[in-house]
Amino acid sequence: MKTTQYLFAGFGGQGILFAGKFAAYKGLIEDKQVSWLPSYGPEMRGGTASCSVIIGDEPVGSPIVSSPDVLIAMNLPSLDRYEDSVVPGGVIFADSSLIERKVKRDDVKVFYIPATKLADENGVGKLANMIIVGKILKEMNEYNEDSVMAALKKVISAKHADMLDINLKAIKIGFEN
Amino acid sequence: MADKVLMKGNEAIAEAAIIAGCRHYFGYPITPQTEVAAYMAKKMPKIGGTFLQAESEIAAINMVYGVSSAGKRVMTSSSSPGISLKSEGLSYLAGADLPAFVVNVQRGGPGLGGIQPSQSDYFQATRGGGHGDYHMIVYAPASVQEMAALTVKAFDTADKYRMTSMILADGTMGQMMEPVDLESLKVNPAPEKPWATTGTDKKREHNIINSLYLKPEQLEQVNFERYERYKEVEKNEVMFEEYLMDDAEICVAAFGIAARVSKNAINAARAKGIKVGMIRPITLWPFPKDVFKKAAEKVHTFISVELSMGQMIEDVKLATECKANYKLCNRVGGMIPLPEQVLADIEEAAKGGNK
Repeated sequence: MKTTQYLFAGFGGQGILFAGKFAAYKGLIEDKQVSWLPSYGPEMRGGTASCSVIIGDEPVGSPIVSSPDVLIAMNLPSLDRYEDSVVPGGVIFADSSLIERKVKRDDVKVFYIPATKLADENGVGKLANMIIVGKILKEMNEYNEDSVMAALKKVISAKHADMLDINLKAIKIGFEN
Repeated sequence: MADKVLMKGNEAIAEAAIIAGCRHYFGYPITPQTEVAAYMAKKMPKIGGTFLQAESEIAAINMVYGVSSAGKRVMTSSSSPGISLKSEGLSYLAGADLPAFVVNVQRGGPGLGGIQPSQSDYFQATRGGGHGDYHMIVYAPASVQEMAALTVKAFDTADKYRMTSMILADGTMGQMMEPVDLESLKVNPAPEKPWATTGTDKKREHNIINSLYLKPEQLEQVNFERYERYKEVEKNEVMFEEYLMDDAEICVAAFGIAARVSKNAINAARAKGIKVGMIRPITLWPFPKDVFKKAAEKVHTFISVELSMGQMIEDVKLATECKANYKLCNRVGGMIPLPEQVLADIEEAAKGGNK
């Protein structure tokens, strides 16, 4: 019986909400209880964007994640804003190509991955978000190719089916780094 | 097994309305309910329905009046400031005894307020909003599944009692995604509407839809008859959920997102041995008076958790005849109480002990 509260945060346009949606769908496909709640409003347009994702065995109570077990910080303002809210013993994933400083907390586990740089180098365009997702799946021991593929098919509409492979590629880059 | 989908609360309302047979949507965009209109704009043309973005909220609610007069299932949706604009129309719908479905995905107020979640339109929804003596059936969903299920139900009750039914949600419920099972929705076709203005075919007298009665004796009688119908609603349509109330000495009263937050706090308090439960009104009008009254026999403190300055707490006090202790646990303006805040109030009430 375990519930994990994720907070995805970054700039608007980095695919924060999409990454969260993928995580929620993967949970759903694995028969977990899930919720996804975005920040909405002006901050989505170029400011900070965030979404709360809860995945667990029990029905989800409040969908609002205020003390995340896992923080995904894709830019410095997000790390500055949410670092202190992570529960002791929690996990922080940081895009080290955009965040120069280190995490100050010493009671959380931290994984740095230069996701934006890796996305550029590997020709997967703006998919730094999915590279981080791959890293999360690896470090949280949640990788399952079948449900990853099934979840991708849910979040990528049939119209954009040509984007499936590149998303899977990005996830795999994250998994290997 | 049904294919599981994640939907936003707003989208679930729109899809459920279509499932319930609604083919006419009129609205005007406003955050945080715009996804209802966006969904309808996409779907309605494909199924032979009408999506119309009106020139204003006032126009939209009067288009609802028109379609309802013709006997068809119809809806509009908005958020707090937009509902204020629609309130004149809501009063006219009530005065003409027309069924309609209205959605309010609330945001912080008063005035233009903000765009973050709120529950501060409770009074407006449960007391009418517009002028005159009238009620709407007000549903307060606390999950995306309920957003869908209560939408379907709202169309049925609106038709059955010839009145407006409303979903009173908030920005969180509208924007969040959860799994939804649409196949489980129980759909009843719209009943016969012999009062509708569908053309006489020269076979019957004209039906007249109107809310103007210049003879006071007649207007009084129309009001009396309408309230007889409201009595039926109060008898038949009350909905609520009780959570861990069997041995509860403290009762949290909360609806919608506040109930979701409170559930976390109650579970945490139970883990500390505090006997606390929750009554979650699902209909805000009719308010679940009886279950609160019964709870007051053993509960020493009611904690009303609200995203308002304390509106539902008045109904809790009325239902329990002010016999217990009462505490308001709230945040406003688009802020949402954390489970920790609710837990702190529960713990304080537990220390206070018996009345």
